[in-house]
Amino acid sequence: MKEKIKQKFTTISIPIPLAEKIKKQIKGTGFTSLSSYVTYVLREVISGKEEESEEAFSKEDEERIKDRLRALGYLD
Amino acid sequence: MIRPHGGKIIDRRLRMKIDTKGIPKLEVNTNQLEDIMNIANGVFSPLEGFLIKGDLENVVAHKRLSDDTPWTIPIVLDFDKTKHKNIKEGDTILLFNKDIGLEALIDIDEIFSYDKKALAESVYRTLETAHPGVATVFSWGPHLIGGKITLLSSKPREFDEYNLAPKETRVLFKEKGWKEIVAFQTRNPPHIGHEYLQKTALTMVDGLFINPIIGKKKTGDFRDDVILKSYEALMKYYYRKERAVMSILRTSMKYGGPREAIHHSIMRKNFGCTHFIVGRDHAGVGSYYGPYDAHKIFNEFPDLEITPIFFKSFSRCKKCSSVVNDKICPHGQEDQSNFSGKKIREILNKGKIPPEDMMRKEVAQEILKYKDPFVK
Repeated sequence: MKEKIKQKFTTISIPIPLAEKIKKQIKGTGFTSLSSYVTYVLREVISGKEEESEEAFSKEDEERIKDRLRALGYLD
Repeated sequence: MIRPHGGKIIDRRLRMKIDTKGIPKLEVNTNQLEDIMNIANGVFSPLEGFLIKGDLENVVAHKRLSDDTPWTIPIVLDFDKTKHKNIKEGDTILLFNKDIGLEALIDIDEIFSYDKKALAESVYRTLETAHPGVATVFSWGPHLIGGKITLLSSKPREFDEYNLAPKETRVLFKEKGWKEIVAFQTRNPPHIGHEYLQKTALTMVDGLFINPIIGKKKTGDFRDDVILKSYEALMKYYYRKERAVMSILRTSMKYGGPREAIHHSIMRKNFGCTHFIVGRDHAGVGSYYGPYDAHKIFNEFPDLEITPIFFKSFSRCKKCSSVVNDKICPHGQEDQSNFSGKKIREILNKGKIPPEDMMRKEVAQEILKYKDPFVK
């Protein structure tokens, strides 16, 4: 861990005029490169759009949980 | 309901007895056992075990797991392989702690060495051992074990009646009909400023989740039972029952400042909260972090999904005749008085009730029921 660990990257093509516009816009904003900005935007775009992997728990699980919540006074 | 971090609430609890005779054993300390419980109960979702090398390196360098999921605090199991020569990669071993009767299995994917200095410096931004997080890292063994865990058993513990797992809070919020929930983390009994902060946030959402951190504390801190009872008093007299709940979080403070603010948000997201209150110098210690570093770091995580609610300062303003914050009061410091935890503590230490504009009488009375409300 002494050297900075490199993440794996891939190349995405975007129109050059768009890239130039972005470069101008990110000047002085804290984004260090076009790639870091595009990564930020894409993370923001996909955030919350991924589905839950599977049903979190079964009906039986839910009933068991409700029983405990009632016993502890969290539910009436 | 907000999606769990990484998409799924992890449940690594085995609900059947298995024979563990003959399995190599490794004793775990308090911090490690809390990590095991939090992995098993889904508080640390999507983690299913202790970090393997690739994930650890990514967390340290990029604040993300290898699959790009935000994760800022290393959750690792340290040991010294020279003292445990019977523990090898590919083995399943039994992790145990006699104090709470914990038994858990870990399927060892990797055993690896690591650079303590690089880890401490990246996570805590310092190498000074006066920083409790750095001191902890330097106390770790020279090797780490990475792999999935399975919780087999643990004995009932103090405050279990206040302890809900993410699956349980998610059912609770659903039953209460709450869609937007704000989480408030605390390590102290509530004063008027805390109440104002919580109620300001609650005004914008459906429910308030008060989530005290329970566990190892410093001398002079309020005892865990005092914190819980004082909050119960506040909730009984000053909160709508259908709008606020309290449940504890057993975890050790790492004092990782900004990184830990993200970690705290992730845990609350797993509990089902959509918002998390982040105050001044959140999870900070000494002067290792700037007062609002824990706010700024959220800019690096557009994909965190839980929304931070930032507060800078709050105080009582004589001219406004109310509790105010930096955004709403035009008056100067000469008209404002801060809610001083130190001052409140001094008054309570003398067995007296603090003024009503500092702490609710019912809260103070609850604290004063204890002969010694502080950790010795």
